[in-house]
Amino acid sequence: MTPVQGVDQAFWYILGISVVLLFGITAVMVFFVVRYRRSKHPVAADIRDNYPLEIVWTIIPTLIALSMFYVGWSSYLGLRTVPDDAMEVEVLAQQYSWIFVYDNDKETENELVVPLGRAVKLNITSLDVLHSFFVPAFRIKVDAVKGMSTYTWFYADELGEYDIECTEYCGVDHSAMVAKLRIVPETEFQSWLLK
Amino acid sequence: MTATQSFYHNSSPPGRTGIMSWLLTHDHKRLGIMYFGAVCFWFVLAMFLGLLLRTELMTQGRTIMGAEAYNATFTLHGVIMIFLFVIPGIPAIFGNFFLPIQLGTDDVFFPRLNLFSWYLFMFGGLFAIISLFVGDGFPDTGWTFYVPFSVQNSANVGLTVTAAFILGMSSMLTGLNFVTTFHRMRDKSMGLMQIPLFTWSLYATAWVQILATPVISITFILILLERFFSIGLFDPDKGGDPLLYQHLFWMYSHPAVYVMILPGMGVISEIIPVFSRKSIFGYKAIVWSSMAIAIAGSLVWAHHMFTSGMSDVSVFVFSLLTYLVAIPSAVKVFSWVSTLYKGSIEMTPPLLLSLIFIYLFSIGGLTGLVLGAAGTNIHVHDTQFVVAHFHFVMFGGTGFAFFAAMHFWWPKMFGVMYRFKPAYIGAVLTGVGFVFHYVPMLILGMQGMPRRYYDYLPQYETGNFLAGFGGYLLIIGMVTMFVNLLLSFKQRIPAPVDPWGGTTLEWTVPSPPPVHNFMNKPHVEDYPYDFTKVTERFQKTGK
Repeated sequence: MTPVQGVDQAFWYILGISVVLLFGITAVMVFFVVRYRRSKHPVAADIRDNYPLEIVWTIIPTLIALSMFYVGWSSYLGLRTVPDDAMEVEVLAQQYSWIFVYDNDKETENELVVPLGRAVKLNITSLDVLHSFFVPAFRIKVDAVKGMSTYTWFYADELGEYDIECTEYCGVDHSAMVAKLRIVPETEFQSWLLK
Repeated sequence: MTATQSFYHNSSPPGRTGIMSWLLTHDHKRLGIMYFGAVCFWFVLAMFLGLLLRTELMTQGRTIMGAEAYNATFTLHGVIMIFLFVIPGIPAIFGNFFLPIQLGTDDVFFPRLNLFSWYLFMFGGLFAIISLFVGDGFPDTGWTFYVPFSVQNSANVGLTVTAAFILGMSSMLTGLNFVTTFHRMRDKSMGLMQIPLFTWSLYATAWVQILATPVISITFILILLERFFSIGLFDPDKGGDPLLYQHLFWMYSHPAVYVMILPGMGVISEIIPVFSRKSIFGYKAIVWSSMAIAIAGSLVWAHHMFTSGMSDVSVFVFSLLTYLVAIPSAVKVFSWVSTLYKGSIEMTPPLLLSLIFIYLFSIGGLTGLVLGAAGTNIHVHDTQFVVAHFHFVMFGGTGFAFFAAMHFWWPKMFGVMYRFKPAYIGAVLTGVGFVFHYVPMLILGMQGMPRRYYDYLPQYETGNFLAGFGGYLLIIGMVTMFVNLLLSFKQRIPAPVDPWGGTTLEWTVPSPPPVHNFMNKPHVEDYPYDFTKVTERFQKTGK
């Protein structure tokens, strides 16, 4: 399972349960308000608590919450565990562009090109204020901090062009700090790298 | 009783008249009203700033303002809403007014300090306004003031941070007053398990205000030292650490989220039993969950930092703790819904607003689960999803609780009733507009549109347009609600002592209350939500 699938599964799991809970709470609430309206039900029952029920609705949500935590955590591990054969690219963030540096010292601005079928590890740092490197298509995001190296990785499994956005507010042109990720066939990548 | 005996006609201390009877008052009720005016002013201002933001985003590219203005506007919107509306809102207005009455006493423990808090609040607000017009313009850092950006940029961050510092002092002193009043001024015959839930929630809140606010105050001082003396605590070039700032900031600002929501939960816990004419379900569970939220909520701050580059161990710990703090909130929602079961439910504007609260707050809580899980957090962190999530909690939650509190206690505070029909229309419009406004933002965030974006990629245009449309509906609803309440001053329909059939002490005193609250010694019931007598009274007399 790729990290993207792991994260998406966690999304479906958490959102699915949430929708059921929300629907349940709302339906019961509306039903009670209609069913026990004063014109039909002039005298209320005197019910102050019900310990077995309260214990049940504390324990079951706790178990659900812990299962969500577990699903979330295991998908996070997928995002953090880089395969050994990953290709590495250095990423420098600055107000307001992304610079990518390859092994052969090739530098590009706002354009990250990687070969199809490879795992790509990005080592990220900042030259000035905080930025954050976000590729929605691969569910990855990590802050760029000056004086600190952070990393993220993705598996380039489909040809195409993807958006890269800055997600840590960095100043007036924050929203213009976008770049493109291109996944190309291996041969095309090699010739591009040497250009 | 005649109106001349109300607190509007007698000053505390006695003998002051005119404007001085307000500006130098020790009366917690007058201070509550004074906060009401100030807080509403800020709320309406920031609400329209928010509308400007969403209007700008309705189309791609420049719509009504440039990037610099946009960035300053969202900073101002955030700073005002957080520090001048959501944090002080319910405690400073309704807490000041009703906490002493619910406890059966005549004022807070330190009335002069209470007055001082109000002045700090006003000065803090004034500072924020001044920082707009002096120096190099209003800060454009966002309300989080993240370093190194907030230290490097040339705008007037110093003055705004000072304003936030002063507002923190005000909040802390109010908390101190509530804790001492709770313990020292409570009617002798009122045991801990006889205290109304609104007061309990304020008590839990007050502890967070006292314990967490100093952290943010120190952090703001550190920003000032960093800006003016470059001491290098947060500067990596000098061996400092920008992450340290984020830890310090959220160590206050996350507990502050509970300062914002707990009093709202307290309001809902008062309103639902009254209009169900039935005891609150699980009184003790609600009390304990308030305290649990206050304690556990202080230990989850770094869930704002999963992408910050902190260690994976921290991510594990803070994600786990975040899930644990979800439980007491769920318990409260279940208790409210169960209170309706076999009740005798009378629909009124405060109840409708409370039901909308439960719905919107549930969405806020459930989307919080997506953010609490480490893997999914990475994708939606700092996107529109987060913006929608916290507006569901802070606006759908605290905001609607605030509206519900206004409609619930308006007759008591001002002695006049308002018209129901416009109130319903306003509430429904606000609720529907709210959903139209924020649901598109949830989806935009999942699709990957970051927050604090002046402009966006073409695929996000439809969602932003819809959100803007919802925003207008939302504003129309809120304006209807406020205008309707204000018109009640013109209609002057007098409110009875107990228009709703409440059981807590504020419904035993005249509307509006006399200056010392109680004409006779208050009679404290064994259980604060026993509606037997109220039901009998209504069956006999019909009111």
